[in-house]
Amino acid sequence: MPYIPNTDADRAAMLAAIGVERIEDLFHDVPEEVRFPRLKLPDPLSELEIQQELLMLSEASIDLNHTACFLGAGAYRHFIPSVVDQLISRGEFYTAYTPYQPEISQGTLQAIFEYQSMICALTGMEAANASHYDGATAVAEAVITAFNVGRRKRKKAILSPTLHPQYRAVARTYTQGMGLTLIGDDDLSNGVDALAALCDGDTACVIVQNPDFLGQLYSPTEMQTLADAVHGCGALLVVATDPISLGLFAPPGDYGADIVVGEGQPLGNPISFGGPYLGFFACRKRYVRSVAGRIVGETVDTQGRRGFVLALSTREQHIRRQKASSNICTNQALCALAAGVYLAAMGKRGLRQVAELCYHKAHYAAAEIAKLPGYEIMGDRPFFKEFVVRCPQPVDKMLRYLLDDWAILGGYELGRDYPELDDGLLVCVTEMNSREKIDELVEALAEVAKGGEGND
Amino acid sequence: MTESLLYEISSPGRRGCRLPEPDVPRAKLPAGFLRDDLPLPEVSEMDLVRHYVHLSQLNHAVDTGFYPLGSCTMKYNPRVNEAICRLPGFTQLHPLQPPDTVQGALVLLYELQEFLGEISGFPGISLQPAAGAHGEMTGVLIMRKALYDRGETQRNVILVPDSAHGTNPATTTMSGLKVVEIASDAAGNVDLDALRVHLSDQVVGLMLTNPNTLGLFDEHVLEVTRLVHEAGGLVYGDGANLNALLGICKPADLGFDVMHFNLHKTFSTPHGGGGPGAGPVGVTAELAPFLPGPIVVEQEDEENAFLTWHVPEKSIGPVKSFYGNFGVLVRAYTYIRMLGAEGLRRVAENAVLNANYLLSRIRGVYPLPYDRTCMHEFVVEGRIEGAPDVRALDISKRLMDYGFHPPTNYFPLIVHEALMIEPTETESKETLDAFAEALLKIAKEAREDPELLHNAPHTTPLGRLDEVRASHPKTMRLCYTPGC
Repeated sequence: MPYIPNTDADRAAMLAAIGVERIEDLFHDVPEEVRFPRLKLPDPLSELEIQQELLMLSEASIDLNHTACFLGAGAYRHFIPSVVDQLISRGEFYTAYTPYQPEISQGTLQAIFEYQSMICALTGMEAANASHYDGATAVAEAVITAFNVGRRKRKKAILSPTLHPQYRAVARTYTQGMGLTLIGDDDLSNGVDALAALCDGDTACVIVQNPDFLGQLYSPTEMQTLADAVHGCGALLVVATDPISLGLFAPPGDYGADIVVGEGQPLGNPISFGGPYLGFFACRKRYVRSVAGRIVGETVDTQGRRGFVLALSTREQHIRRQKASSNICTNQALCALAAGVYLAAMGKRGLRQVAELCYHKAHYAAAEIAKLPGYEIMGDRPFFKEFVVRCPQPVDKMLRYLLDDWAILGGYELGRDYPELDDGLLVCVTEMNSREKIDELVEALAEVAKGGEGND
Repeated sequence: MTESLLYEISSPGRRGCRLPEPDVPRAKLPAGFLRDDLPLPEVSEMDLVRHYVHLSQLNHAVDTGFYPLGSCTMKYNPRVNEAICRLPGFTQLHPLQPPDTVQGALVLLYELQEFLGEISGFPGISLQPAAGAHGEMTGVLIMRKALYDRGETQRNVILVPDSAHGTNPATTTMSGLKVVEIASDAAGNVDLDALRVHLSDQVVGLMLTNPNTLGLFDEHVLEVTRLVHEAGGLVYGDGANLNALLGICKPADLGFDVMHFNLHKTFSTPHGGGGPGAGPVGVTAELAPFLPGPIVVEQEDEENAFLTWHVPEKSIGPVKSFYGNFGVLVRAYTYIRMLGAEGLRRVAENAVLNANYLLSRIRGVYPLPYDRTCMHEFVVEGRIEGAPDVRALDISKRLMDYGFHPPTNYFPLIVHEALMIEPTETESKETLDAFAEALLKIAKEAREDPELLHNAPHTTPLGRLDEVRASHPKTMRLCYTPGC
């Protein structure tokens, strides 16, 4: 049997030591009427067979190595240096569990401490935790953190309508039993001024995404004005952000954010059909006792040598039980390790260069598309790597044509989330998109506008 | 042995990765939006590799030695799982691609839903939750919504046995419900009288781990689930200990209505140093409309059948982005296909055999508060006759000197100085014997030289660490960056 080293002789000796005759005798507490069902599962496979079968199955999809991808909307294709997967593939990292015993877990603990340090540096915050499940759950936990900071008396959270639709949906799922109301995101015209105006003494937090779901950037000045208004109400400002954008743009810590969260997948984690990803979570130090999840802190051992341990564990479920700040236990540690290795490999200059490549290529694509008759780039705000194209044809039909005839994933159909943007296509351009492929996209869009689709 | 921090080996101008120059004209950067400084470290690729390799060498892991951490199922993680989840046809898929372009991935997810349904007996499965606690929250929100949907909005209590994992009460609070604790009886089962007292039309349901955290199969489980149903409540099965039940019984047959799976435990996707895991949820047909989605369903048009996404009609809403920790799901699928029905049953049998054998080797030396046939794990007291000052913590730390990861300490809370030991099926008799010998020797050391234990560990990279210092406001330091 694979992965079971006991031989028949071992089993016989062990049963004798236990004092029973057969292994079945160990299960006498299981009610007889339900004991030993026959499971209907496919026959077992050897490693040789499963490798062949699953290689074939994996090839039954069209992967991004065989298409040009301009689809983003929360999951991004960025370059991952080889060192990332090589290092996280060390068994000492990936076959360990949560570092409950610090004397034999310094590797994981220090790596998390360094991840936290780099997330703080990136966001301009003073503390960070060891990760959430993804960006959406990090947003949900930020709402709950703000609720707890307000001693559960402030019952309202204000969400920007251009916060990622999935983040808003997950925040609603998480808080459905808590008596909180989530408002502000029902009207796409609610900009930062309108959100500030909604804020009052019953508000726990305001959550804004920058760059937002449509790719638009908000200036540090207008964000600071929002932060001042939010703080004037005694509420917290939560900013969701794209960590790659922070290679270039002002960190939320510079403009008054209290909590900064986001999807950490772009930092060295493959797009992998939606997971596993990681949610990063950073905040001002004064809120750290209300934060969910693992946090690593520096300390010393009995001989005064520097070491690292899980800190502030009295917040957590295994100590505080029903009074814990969250129920989170297992997180996305290996994805956070990947993010840490990625940030260190890119470093101060590399991350800026990645962000600039995204920015220049996205602006090249937008400028070229804007020249096409019938297309228009929405809005006049600066943007980072995504932008909205208003299209002359139904977006779903255009996307199908781009995929079928050009092998291009053209972007995200905004009408799925915003009825008022039903002619909107969200296009994402990263450092992975070559000029040649961008030109192909532009050519394909020109074809569609001429009515090239649907004629064959 | 300590390793410098990345920031300490950083030197201005070093690079760990080179990138190309842009192949498009540079666009004007928006003035007033940019950051002044980006305080990330600057290291060469080789320094980076050595740094993380050195760090990895400071860890104990399943790959380096025995890891009997109770309730965590630290079994061997097959290498083939790692190879398969890295195939480009799995890692290079965008979650928002049209379903017809990702049929390979959907087949895998659909079949995994079917397999988990067959193993557990639950017809409805959602693969979305990312971890056990996430699955718990999903399950409790489903129970709450299903009862409220029936109009029973007065129900606001979840019953939790006193032996439960801390995630159970924490999940209850997060779901907006109140916790009422139920005592265990003298044999380690749910106390039926205590249960009867607390059942009422206020109760949403009971969260029950079975086998429980004492490693014991509840002898009255059918009666327990019947009583809860009679009171109009639902029963949540915490699947943390499913490793003991594979092919032994289907949790749905025991009367559970909802259950989560820990794929990183039972189905041997790795623990990753704390994650990612996966915590799919299974439910009865009655509760299936409330599952979080999307889930994969079969659809037919005129010509053929294909797989696509479906969000159940009364769903509690999504619990995370997209469809779950896909890379983890691929590993679990691979594991199930390699073992098949027969192999899964052997897993449970050998996990239970190994635990009972190890228990037989140390029985009489370490007090056993509930002396029954255990399932995949057992709990003893870390208390040694003739060594009154020695605690479970000392025994745990001393085990490190023998090259073993300690058991889970001080949990479950109902056992004094608990040591919770789970050997798993992937360990050999020789390893179990060596571990038992170490425990017996430590018991002797405790009587003869207790200081040896109090000062342990002696052979690890660092000695005991000052945890108070790390959390005290005056000394707390949570990141390297100045000001933190």
